[in-house]
Amino acid sequence: MLWACLHFSTLPLSAVFGELAASSQPCALYEGPRQRPLIFQANAAALAQGAKPGLTVAAARALCAKLDLRRREPDAERHGLQLLATWAYHYSAQVSLAEPDSLYLEVGASLTLFKGWPQLCSRLQQELQLLGYAGHRLGVAPVAAAARVLALNHDRIALRRLPMMLQALDPIPLHSCGLPATAAAQLQGMGFRRLGELWRLPRQELARRIGPENLLWLDQLRGIAAEMLPLYQPPDSFGRRIELDGLIESWQALLFPLRRLVRELGLFLQVRDSGVQTFELRLEHEDHATTRVPVNLSSVQREADALYEFCRGRLERVAIPAPVSAIALVAAGLAPFRPGHRDLFEPARCQGLDWPDLTERLRSRLGDEALRGLACVADHRPERAWRFTAVDTATTKPAATRSPSATKSTAKTRNTQDSKPVWPGAKRSSAETHAAAARLRSAQVPNAARPLWLLARPIPLRQPLAQILAGPERIETGWWDGDDARRDYYIVRCANGQRAWAYLPAGEDSGWMLHGWFA
Amino acid sequence: MNAVGLNEVLRHPGVWRRASTSAPTLRTLASGCAELDALLPGGGWPVGALSEILLSQDGLGELSLLMPALAELTRRRRRVVFVAPPYVPYAPALQEHGVDLSQVTQIEASGGDSYWGTEQCLRSGGCGAVLCWLPKSDYAQLRRLQLAAETGGSLGFVFRPAAAAQAASPSGLRLLVDSDGATTRIEVLKCRGGFDTRRDTRLRWSR
Repeated sequence: MLWACLHFSTLPLSAVFGELAASSQPCALYEGPRQRPLIFQANAAALAQGAKPGLTVAAARALCAKLDLRRREPDAERHGLQLLATWAYHYSAQVSLAEPDSLYLEVGASLTLFKGWPQLCSRLQQELQLLGYAGHRLGVAPVAAAARVLALNHDRIALRRLPMMLQALDPIPLHSCGLPATAAAQLQGMGFRRLGELWRLPRQELARRIGPENLLWLDQLRGIAAEMLPLYQPPDSFGRRIELDGLIESWQALLFPLRRLVRELGLFLQVRDSGVQTFELRLEHEDHATTRVPVNLSSVQREADALYEFCRGRLERVAIPAPVSAIALVAAGLAPFRPGHRDLFEPARCQGLDWPDLTERLRSRLGDEALRGLACVADHRPERAWRFTAVDTATTKPAATRSPSATKSTAKTRNTQDSKPVWPGAKRSSAETHAAAARLRSAQVPNAARPLWLLARPIPLRQPLAQILAGPERIETGWWDGDDARRDYYIVRCANGQRAWAYLPAGEDSGWMLHGWFA
Repeated sequence: MNAVGLNEVLRHPGVWRRASTSAPTLRTLASGCAELDALLPGGGWPVGALSEILLSQDGLGELSLLMPALAELTRRRRRVVFVAPPYVPYAPALQEHGVDLSQVTQIEASGGDSYWGTEQCLRSGGCGAVLCWLPKSDYAQLRRLQLAAETGGSLGFVFRPAAAAQAASPSGLRLLVDSDGATTRIEVLKCRGGFDTRRDTRLRWSR
């Protein structure tokens, strides 16, 4: 086993201030009783102006007028550490949280994968820099407890072998070796200064003086006693809430916290090796019920950038009823993510591989209902012979079996035109079917009896009629569902050359109604 | 500029001369109508370009002009997208023309959103053909659509009123469709790949 310990001393600051903590804006956290809060931690900019930890808030304000002071938030720190554990799960299956501010990860097993420690180390550091934890300390040792002690005392130390580790532990001062302060003080009172001096003492004597649990700690440090590390397990769902600094009234201002939420979601999904199809954005208000913005994607997604675009599109169209005090993202059900596969020999991006991406982009801006497919319905009434369908985003589909409805509907009506050939059985091979379809089509198209444009509802035909080209075709149906239709359909040519699909009420010869255009 | 300089300019591959006999090779998709194919340079609808269809009124067969090409695309499992059509594309009729309905998508949008949607569809390369109806559109908007079609390699069809025929347009192909009362007339107003003087630009189309 080879354990790396990452120690994040600036976690409290980063958890509360985020990226601001590393900027030139002086920031500081305070804690303690309300009457006399003390500065707990300050960033470099604040320290440079003298706002040191331990000062009272009033004194720090006096030293640095522009100081951004906020209360320490242990919950946010815990969450920050969780997030770091999620990230560390990329690199090791064995990750352990050492609250409040450290993380252990077993790196020995994956050294070959990452081509040795120097490569892995620089990768870890680069990624931590991107996550905003540039000020971390790192130690590597065969024993986790020792890795932490080494990280705190010598940053960036990596010792693979036990003897070297023991040698490095020897000169560590007692007050920073992880022993409780009382035990360390007691030992110091006895004249001990360094860790190495303790190891030469008789065990029983030492146990009597500092207690068996502290002796156990020293044993664990040396690798004599086994350590019990609770291993991190990534959760099954994602939920994250960001409390906003003030009340926000416009959606534009929500984009910044939204980006942070979605980035965390993306990281989480990547580690879980899953994707998300439905999740919810929650906008909390002070005196109004929470606004819920459901995000339903048509396919499983994982990329943070894409998810951000989809959330943004939906947020744009939400009417925000009251100022927002907090924003949350909750993804309960995770879906298995299947990355799209591309053909190695496909010369260009085509065959609808970009279609799922495109539909998501369109839906997020135009609304979930804006995209629709079309389908035929077996009904003789023209207005009921079709319907909208939910759009499907599948890239490849099995050859659609042609529904016989269209042919059936014309066949059953009393058609005075040439009768349609009946569609052959669906059991043929697809090539054969295509060939047959092409033959049939060439026979059909010149006399296509249905117009390409259908009016949403029939309107009186205003253009003067020039010629009746075909008809009548009697459609008489619907008596059973209360929407009785008795119409004689004609294909007519108007004086200005338009070809219309118009009908007369059955048996009458005036009152032309326009129902479609042969476009 | 002296004559040598001019010749150098004319040799530049980006300069196209109307009189040149060697037409640039165009990627086209057969329109399925022999008379129309004969009219169009490259023998079909230009791929990766915007084709404008200027209409004097609805119901002249303007959509059925496209149907064989659309049917061919859907047979190849390419998407056909209708952006903000003025009427309902009638599913049984599309099927009769051989269009596979599972590959047809309609997008409801209005105003600026329909431009945006059309551009996205054209640019993505995920669609075989994009049909849109733009009653009011200016040069800059069409230019964007033309560039998007070039990027995505899709067929873009824009239906506009015939009144727009006089205005300049960046589209790769412009067809004017009108009627004399009995038959539909199709006229090629503009096409990439050059007018061949031997080729007709007008067609009387009896459906």
